[in-house]
Amino acid sequence: MTSNTSISIINGRLIDPANDIDEHLDLHISQGKILSVGEKPSGFEADIIIDAKNKVICPGLVDLNAHLREPGYEFKGSIESETAAAAKSGITTLIFPPDTLPVIDTPAVVELIRRKAKQSGKARVLTQAAMTQDLEGNEISDMQALQQVGCVAVSNAGKPLGSTLIQRRAMEYASTFGLQVFVQSEDRHLRNKGCAHEGRISARMGLPGIPEAAETVAVARDIALAEATGAKLHFQTLTTAKSLRKIQHALADGIQLSADVAVHQLHLTEMDIENFNAQCHVHPPLRTLRDRDALRSAVASGLISAICSDHQPHDADAKAHPFPDSEPGISSLETLLALTLKLVDEGVMDLPTAIARVTIGPAQILGLPYGKLDAGSSADICIFEIDSPWTLKREEMLSKGKNSPFINWEFNHRVTHTLFEGRLVYQSDKN
Amino acid sequence: MLYKNSQLTAEGKLKHFLSIEGLKRDLLVDILDTAENFTALAHKGRPVKKVPLLRGKTVTNLFFENSTRTRTTFELAAKRLSADVLNLNISTSATTKGESLLDTLRNLEAMHCDMFVVRHASSGAARFIAEHCEEHISVMNAGDGAHAHPTQAMLDMLTIRQHKGDFTPLRVAIVGDILHSRVARSQILALNTLGVTEVRVIAPRTLLPFDPRSLGVHVYHDLIEGITDVDVIIMLRLQKERMAGAFLPSEHEYFRLYGLTENKLKHAKKDVIVMHPGPINRGVEIDSAVADGPHSVILQQVSNGIAVRMAIMSMCLGGQDSREESA
Repeated sequence: MTSNTSISIINGRLIDPANDIDEHLDLHISQGKILSVGEKPSGFEADIIIDAKNKVICPGLVDLNAHLREPGYEFKGSIESETAAAAKSGITTLIFPPDTLPVIDTPAVVELIRRKAKQSGKARVLTQAAMTQDLEGNEISDMQALQQVGCVAVSNAGKPLGSTLIQRRAMEYASTFGLQVFVQSEDRHLRNKGCAHEGRISARMGLPGIPEAAETVAVARDIALAEATGAKLHFQTLTTAKSLRKIQHALADGIQLSADVAVHQLHLTEMDIENFNAQCHVHPPLRTLRDRDALRSAVASGLISAICSDHQPHDADAKAHPFPDSEPGISSLETLLALTLKLVDEGVMDLPTAIARVTIGPAQILGLPYGKLDAGSSADICIFEIDSPWTLKREEMLSKGKNSPFINWEFNHRVTHTLFEGRLVYQSDKN
Repeated sequence: MLYKNSQLTAEGKLKHFLSIEGLKRDLLVDILDTAENFTALAHKGRPVKKVPLLRGKTVTNLFFENSTRTRTTFELAAKRLSADVLNLNISTSATTKGESLLDTLRNLEAMHCDMFVVRHASSGAARFIAEHCEEHISVMNAGDGAHAHPTQAMLDMLTIRQHKGDFTPLRVAIVGDILHSRVARSQILALNTLGVTEVRVIAPRTLLPFDPRSLGVHVYHDLIEGITDVDVIIMLRLQKERMAGAFLPSEHEYFRLYGLTENKLKHAKKDVIVMHPGPINRGVEIDSAVADGPHSVILQQVSNGIAVRMAIMSMCLGGQDSREESA
């Protein structure tokens, strides 16, 4: 199928939070773009008709934080394998942090990634530029050149910056060109050698802890710098209730900022590491039940407007160590939508809100024209079946990384079709 | 997922010995009784007798962290049970360079070992090995990170019982670096399981973990207040690197505040015993006059170490205790 194929998706429940639509409407696609929503335009005849009875039609997902591993770490994942995993899960736009090898600090690396993504053709891959050269935290990168070749934001990929002064300069420089700054706020001194939330569980297990203050101190610092520099700041993968309060106050003060949360933080807590389960070793760490509930409320209220996968596929060896020595991260593209929809099943939010947090929410943070079903926009579409239970099986994962604590979890809603730029890039066999 | 105690067989017998957590009082008492019988083997003036309980078995000491003292007691324990012993010191730098921990395990399994005695700098390492090695192999934790050092705790319990008999009326104070101490964590679990009246920890806040009371202890910051009327004082070793990490200002100040001297000891019960897992920093956490004084049972702890390890090894590998044979 080419992007010239015309498609009609009929009989489905169409949810497009950006346009406040939740009703049974058909969708017509032509030339890779959405032609119309609702009435079939006169003279239009679809080459393919997808019957979406009992299914939800929504915009393709936008994931603000997915480590695709290529170039440099192809033994953990490749653009080919990870975009296939994304397509299977309804994700059509991936934002790729710059911690590749070489890092994304030159236009050549951006070009390489673009070429690989085009070859794969299963999802849109957009890159974040490294904030500092080689992510070493000392000298700022050629941000404007990187922006010219398509980088949508700058970030230091969670790696520490040499000093607060360098951070200030980087934010000022980025804001000169209107570049969004992504931060994973953490005071590295307070983190020290920690590998788990500092709390009763880590105290009992004798695991070096990462205190809540490692995040809140840095969030306070980053808010102050956003205010001082006027840079557009986006907080990635927040974990604590106290950070959320700071964000709320800053927004009330009129400071420009936004925030996301990694989807696993909405389901797991420090209690999940009690068996030294390395699959639950993530960074930033799993926090308390109270933090998890605060994050859930913030997602429901919109204080956090995006849920990301924080996808970090690993080779088997990375997790085959005692907990503190294992590499943090979850291969999570294939559970982003499933875990988000689980929040609906658990009564945390309604379906349109949940969909907004993985579509228009993240798209708006970056000002991207995706995550919505406007006529004329790219035909990036996810179709999933309500009440169609499935179980995450290791052997069925398409990501090269099989590292997931959600293996054998049961989910209620299943992606049946994914369209990217008007092409069907995934279709479940069970249709 | 339900919590399953991976240390026990379906019949509730010891398979591995990884942590005191989840072990019942009866089992701990069983270990102490078995160990008590083994101590008779090693009495002064008697030639050391070997027992043939583990003849034909191979015990491998897998030490990823250097410790000659602890390794030696495990080695002696295994040899007195007539097991063959293999000692492997594996520096962690070598393993991080290429061979993974799992590769190391596969290689050792090929040598047909029956037990791994594991010491590792990372919390959870012994459990990791127990979960990943072949089914017939038993794993004994000889110290993992700041998590657990259960054989040390059990030898301390044996020493306490030899002096005090009943655990239930006892008040026990543990003094020093609780935060980094696997020994303290295991002791607290063992003491509470055995039903003592009170466990106290005494330390400045920098050397205490998050919410220490949740471990089942009362917290004191003042040494004299904390040891008042206690039956047992356990002093922990202070690592030199705590000064560099800004946990403490100086050894001098630490000794002034938390060092155990004869004068301070007067506040404890008259028949208090003073313990230390060793090696001692004289003049840092304990005054020589106390370490060598009449209340000190430090050397007795060392000799109990062999008996306790014999008991646990034979229970893990033999599936039976040895009271009949060695009595």
